[in-house]
Amino acid sequence: MTDHEDGPSRRKVLECMTWAGTGVLWTITGGVPHSLGLVGEAAAQEAKGLTFLQISDSHMGFDKPANPNVKSTLEEAIGRIKTMPAKPSFMIHTGDITHLSKVSEFDDAEKIISDARLDVHYVPGEHDIIDPENKLYKERYGRGTKGDGWYSFDANGVHFMGLVNVANLKGGGMGSLGAEQLSWIEDDLKGRSASQPIVVFAHIPLWALYPQWGWGTEDSERALGTLKRFGSVTVLNGHIHQVMQKVEGNVTFHTARSTAFPQPAPGSAPSPGPMKVPDDKLRTVLGTASVTFKQGEQRLAIIDTPLQG
Amino acid sequence: MNYSGMLARSAMAMLVGFFVAVAPARAADVEVKIDNFVYNPQQVTVKAGATVIWTNHDDIPHTVTSSTGVFRSKALDTDDKFSFTFTTPGTYKYFCALHPHMTGSIVVEAGP
Repeated sequence: MTDHEDGPSRRKVLECMTWAGTGVLWTITGGVPHSLGLVGEAAAQEAKGLTFLQISDSHMGFDKPANPNVKSTLEEAIGRIKTMPAKPSFMIHTGDITHLSKVSEFDDAEKIISDARLDVHYVPGEHDIIDPENKLYKERYGRGTKGDGWYSFDANGVHFMGLVNVANLKGGGMGSLGAEQLSWIEDDLKGRSASQPIVVFAHIPLWALYPQWGWGTEDSERALGTLKRFGSVTVLNGHIHQVMQKVEGNVTFHTARSTAFPQPAPGSAPSPGPMKVPDDKLRTVLGTASVTFKQGEQRLAIIDTPLQG
Repeated sequence: MNYSGMLARSAMAMLVGFFVAVAPARAADVEVKIDNFVYNPQQVTVKAGATVIWTNHDDIPHTVTSSTGVFRSKALDTDDKFSFTFTTPGTYKYFCALHPHMTGSIVVEAGP
């Protein structure tokens, strides 16, 4: 847990977040997101206000050597969420629920994730919209959403925006929001107080994390420009199956781990494909991490706490 | 069946045999491998009539999607194949709809 700073900056500061297994544990008190400390610590029991979790990249149906049993690692992640002393208000899933957009894969994800008994707010990954008519994701999770599945909601004074940057991608490009969604983002934020904390979540990172591997969103600049006037903006992504963070002005970006398999660090392998680690090491790369940062001071610290080891 | 009928049939058979035998020689199948998020070879030049066969060797699905909508594979899981026969000369750019930084092109030249 970090020391808190007094003063106006505190209201802007997303100070600390904690990874619960493969989920990120957040709490927001009085409109200000801050940490609960490590899951299982006494601090978590004292949490008040809004708490939510992020899980990502479950890849139901993946059966290759990097993790032949993605169902069991998702079950473990959900199992850990269930034992948290402070029950989160809801979860967000930042996409790649399935590996090949098959009905059975969506069913498996639903069955396992629903065991957490939490509301889940989804956004699709590119693996979730590859059935021939791109119907399955929208049928299950698209109710009340716009376009390819984007939407927003408010919880405890925080404004959440679930974005889709995996649809209608162009050759040679990266993730893309598209003109229609960009206009919607502007409309959705119009008239909101700059002091309202904003949490944006989407599958592919919204910043140019590693364009050589397509890890970025080519038209995110306009969206981020719209978000600039807000004092606290947190952007939560998945897709790259590892923790990465960046702070830019009042905007903090971070990517979550996968519950299925790790991917290599940018440029450290010939391709971003699934990374095989020794079996006894798998849970150490899908494991718990806590991330702490003080946005006001532009400093951040990442503390990985593996599920195992 | 009379003699001339048999002759016609065997001539037909010879003709069919002839086409089957020469078709691959005129426009051989060309293989493109998908390895490590790369189409290999990335650019291929073929004669009109040639069939290009893509095979995904990655542990992650990819697609072969024409930039102009001429062809579009489904998501190819590991070892899945997609083939397309190019009949009209031109340059056909394509990419992976899941990982659009993956690009390739097929240059089709007029046949002999």
